[in-house]
Order: sequence, then structure tokens, then C-alpha cells
Amino acid sequence: MPLLDVQNLRVAFHTRNGVVRAVTGVSLSVEKGQTVGIVGESGSGKSVTCYSMLGLIPMPPGRIEGGTANFDGVDLLKMSRAELRAIRGRRISMIFQDPMTSLNPYMRVGDQVMEPLRIHEGLCKAEALPKAIAALAEVGIKNPEERVRQYPHEFSGGMRQRVMIAMSMITRPELLIADEPTTALDVTIQKQVLDLIKERQRALGSAVILITHDLAVVSEVCDYVNVMYAGRLVESAPVGELFRNPRHAYTRSLMRSIPALQPKGGTLYTIPGMPPDLAKLGPGCAFRVRNAENGYLCLTDRDPEIIEIAPGHRVQNCPGCLERGNA
Amino acid sequence: MTTAAATASGEIQGRSLWQDAWARLRRNRLAVVCIFVLGFVILFCTVGSLLCNWSPHVTNLDLKAKPPGYEETLDRETWLRHKYDDLAPEEEQRFAQALKAGEGPENVTLRHWLGTDTLGRDLLARTMQGGRVSLMVAGIATAVALLIGVTYGAVAGYLGGRTDDKMMRFVEILRALPFLIFVILLTTMFGTRLWLIYLSIGAIEWLTMARIVRTQVLGLARQEFVEAARSLGLPTSRIIFRHIIPNVLGPVIVYATLTVPAVMLLEAGLSFLGLGVQPPQSSWGTLISEGADQMETYPWLLAGPAALFSITLFCLNFAGDGLRDAMDVKTAKD
Repeated sequence: MPLLDVQNLRVAFHTRNGVVRAVTGVSLSVEKGQTVGIVGESGSGKSVTCYSMLGLIPMPPGRIEGGTANFDGVDLLKMSRAELRAIRGRRISMIFQDPMTSLNPYMRVGDQVMEPLRIHEGLCKAEALPKAIAALAEVGIKNPEERVRQYPHEFSGGMRQRVMIAMSMITRPELLIADEPTTALDVTIQKQVLDLIKERQRALGSAVILITHDLAVVSEVCDYVNVMYAGRLVESAPVGELFRNPRHAYTRSLMRSIPALQPKGGTLYTIPGMPPDLAKLGPGCAFRVRNAENGYLCLTDRDPEIIEIAPGHRVQNCPGCLERGNA
Repeated sequence: MTTAAATASGEIQGRSLWQDAWARLRRNRLAVVCIFVLGFVILFCTVGSLLCNWSPHVTNLDLKAKPPGYEETLDRETWLRHKYDDLAPEEEQRFAQALKAGEGPENVTLRHWLGTDTLGRDLLARTMQGGRVSLMVAGIATAVALLIGVTYGAVAGYLGGRTDDKMMRFVEILRALPFLIFVILLTTMFGTRLWLIYLSIGAIEWLTMARIVRTQVLGLARQEFVEAARSLGLPTSRIIFRHIIPNVLGPVIVYATLTVPAVMLLEAGLSFLGLGVQPPQSSWGTLISEGADQMETYPWLLAGPAALFSITLFCLNFAGDGLRDAMDVKTAKD
């Protein structure tokens, strides 16, 4: 049984400008200890998928309209707020994009790292402090005994992200959701932070959901990849299979946009157009206006369904997007 | 900054944003001077009044409105009268005992440094006593405003949405009530009591405080560290009190220091209209009001209390300005 099994999750935001269907029928699963990537452009519903499971989207205007999210056999979507609170930060933790703003500027770093222990395990400050120091040491912060007394503005961006990792892993969670953990960091630090997440994951046996828009990162750390577009899953496959054999036009466009894979000196490839407005999205394939290959063949009257094209490789069945032969 | 702290003490000591603000404040000379003057005024009104030989309440109709520096020779009984205030019944007993026991000097000549008022009471003693009342009203009303306003505003701003809507509409309804009529209603219902002044001033000042805090929190609640705190499973109360309120304390402290003079002015205004502090108690407001009546004949009745009141307001405003500059990271030069 997978650690987390999401089936047909639907989330909508009821705003003044209409109903924004942020997540439409997303299904994904995470095995124990596995690293699963969710890739897509901004606004494709990657973050909302994860936040809504943990009750972190504002409700209202947000509303979970259907689906299940079984975590260790229990449906997260049916839990009370108190039950969810007991899971958040203890069994499922999160890391955020911007380490500059994800720590409270008025609290000592040590106090913040200790907080999950004090909330979830009821430890007092004296009991939690050695554990916080150990956690900071484990993420490679030097002089942790002294650094715990400092404030976030006295840490660099990369160091702050290390603190975030220490804080979210201090309760040994079974699942870590990393929401673009490297986007705000510069390239040299990105690698270190990714390695650190991998290393902590191995040490604790946690599973990781990595939300990112960077396919290069995905190829490096993930075991399994889900590609999202306009609130839907367009393709999901084990990482090797996906990179060897991308079947959906959107996945292929994303891969063509990786700068390292493009010929030197040429103009970098970009996907034309913009992601569609989710409040105005009608039926049909959401990628059809941007599909430069065979857009004219895309479904316009009904939503494409997901088919399993190879073991573990699922893709939206849209005649304009799906490449059937060998790619 | 970090390295400086590290080399100075040999080990790394965290330097909070508060400490940074304090360091910036200390460099603002005017603000520091104002804070010292304020401290002095508070000492003057509290300790000074203990050291003063004159009682603010003992009248002497032979010495009406004498100018500053006037000397009065007191016999033993009058001296004891001044020492044992005649307002409380137990003071009256102690006065009688002291008189019987032969306490005190026979004949002393003492100076009325600020002169006397129209009932022959020592103006310096009255100014000190009035200052105590004014400062107390200011302090308590500001504390009440802080307590209610910060909690209310933080809750409204953090919860947002419909709750926020309802809570802020309530604030607007209260704001729409005309303050003076509100106070007159209260005083006709309960009589003029000092705690009523605290209550009614606090009751209107917290509204602005709540609005300021709510606006700040509205922005803060969408910050990532609050999201992070929620993702750690922290209960809402802990998020509000441990994560959000410390972050709004900067603007709150600044606004509080600017609320104090506003409250003092309000109290003075109420007392001026006869709705506030009642005789024989005085406040700076009543003293100024009495002084203004006789301004042309006895200018010193106005001069002393008005000068002290102005200095206090001036210092509070400049201290508040200094605090704002010190706390506002964006305008900080370093």
C-alpha cells in the first residue's frame, strides 16, 4: 500500500471572478521512501494539490470538491482541523520556496526549530534544545550551540533553507513536501540543498514530494514524475521512462525548454502563449492553443481521459498531444 | 554586524531586531533627551510630590493667588495640616495624633515656588498631583487600548474573510458614536468617576489601534513564515501570539507613544469641560482650565501647568518619532 494515495482530487476557488478550478481530477501516489516530483508552470495547480490535502488553502474561497487522499490508510480530506494539525509538522512536513521569508524574523532560530517538538511531543525548552542543536548540526550548520541563539537575518539564504530543513525534519516525518525548495537560491547552493534533502531523506527513510518547475532538478532527484498543466495531470511516469519516452506534447515542450539540452548559440526555446485562465477553461484539451505540433487535432468537446500507455506510465489521451509511435 | 558581535565577545551572540532598533534609537540624540526628560517629569510628579512640604488640598483664603516665590510662615498646626492631607478620614486621625504628640517644627518659612492658586493652595503641589492623575489616565487608557486593540486587530486580520468583515464593521459602528455624547451619557449614568475616564478614553482609543494592527496583520498573515507555522501544525492562538504579534509590535509601540499624548489631551479636554477629574483633585487639564480663566490677572496660574504639559507632550511626540525611525527597518540607514 502506498504511503500517500490521492485519487481524483478536485479543488476549486469560488472567487468574485468566477469559479477557478485549480485542481481537476488529480491522482497520484507516493510510496514509502520514494521521491515524487510534481512539475508544471506557475499556476498549474502543483502547490494547491499539496496544500489542499493538508488543509492549508484558505477556505473559503477554496473548496475541496471531491476525491480522496489516503495517508497511511486514513483519508486526510475527511479529517477534522485538529486531526490535521496533529499530522502537519509531525508526520507530514513542508519546506517552502523562499527561505528569506519562511522564518519568523523576530524569533531566535533555535526557538523556531524547537517549535514542532514542543507542539507535537510536548517537550519543554530544556529538553528540546539539545535536539534542535543536533538537528542543526545534521544539516551542516557549524557552531550550532551558538547559532541557535541567533536570528534569521543573521543567516544567509542557503543557511536559512538548511534551518527550514532541520525544522521540518526534526520530528522525523514520513512525508516531506518541498515546495520549490531551490527556486530562490543561487545555483551553487541549489545543489547543496538538494543533496541535503536527499541525505536527510535517506537517513530518516522519509518520502518526499518535490514541487518544482525545473525538469533538470527532477531528473536528478526524483524516482517518479507527475507533469501538471492547467490543474490536471497530463503525464506521469518513472523518471527514466519519462525522459526517454515523453508522450505528451506539453512534457516534450518542457523538455525542449531546458537550456542545457539546446544547441549552443541558438535562441532558447520557449512554449508560446500563456497558461489558460482557469476560471474560463471550458471542456477540451487545455493545451490545444499552445500546442505547436498538432494543436488542430486536440479534443475540443470533452476532457481527455488518462490512459496507461506502459506500466506506470500514464498520459492524457488527446489525439493532438499524444504521440503514439516511438518518440 | 554578526562578525562584530562575534569578535567582541569571542562567541556568537544573536542580535535581535529589537537590539538593532535600540542601537539606532540611542544614536537619535533628540529622542534620547526626550526620553530622559519624560523620565524626569514622571519622577517629578511621583517622588517630587513626596518630598514636597505643601499639600495640594489645604486652602488658605488669606493667601489667594500669590505670585511665584512667595514666602509663607507656617505654625506647627498648619505645617502638620500640609503633611497629613485632610482628604481621607484616617489622615485626619493621624493629624490629630501628630498634633498631640508635638510633632513638627514650631515656626517655619516655606516658599511657594510656583505661587498659589485662587484658594491659596500651593501650585507646585497641585501641578505634581495633577501630573500624576494625567499621566495615570494616559498610561492606563493607553494600556487598555493596547490590550484590546492589539488582540482584536490581530484576530480580525489573521482570520480574515467574513469574520474580519464583521469585526471591523463593529469597530466602525463604535467609531461613529460621538465621543462627547458617549462620555456625557456615562457620567450622567455613573457620576463623574476617575475610572470612567480611563474606560471611556480607552474605549475609543483601542479602535484606531485595532485598525492599525489589523492592517499590519493582514499583510503578515500571508507571509511564508506564517504559512510555515501552519504547516508545522501550530494552533491558531500560538500563531497569533507567538508569530504575528511580535512582528507588529514595532508599529504598535510607536503608535502607543503617540496615543499617550492624544489621551492626555482628551483627558485635559474633558476636565476643561468639567466632565473629567473633579475638584478637589486636579489634573493638568483642570489646572490649565482654571489658569486660563484668570490668565490676565494671574498669569502664573496658567504658566506652570501649561509649560509642564507642553514639555511632556513635546517629548512624547519626539520619543515616538524616534522610536518609529528606529523600528522602521526600511528607513534605517544601515
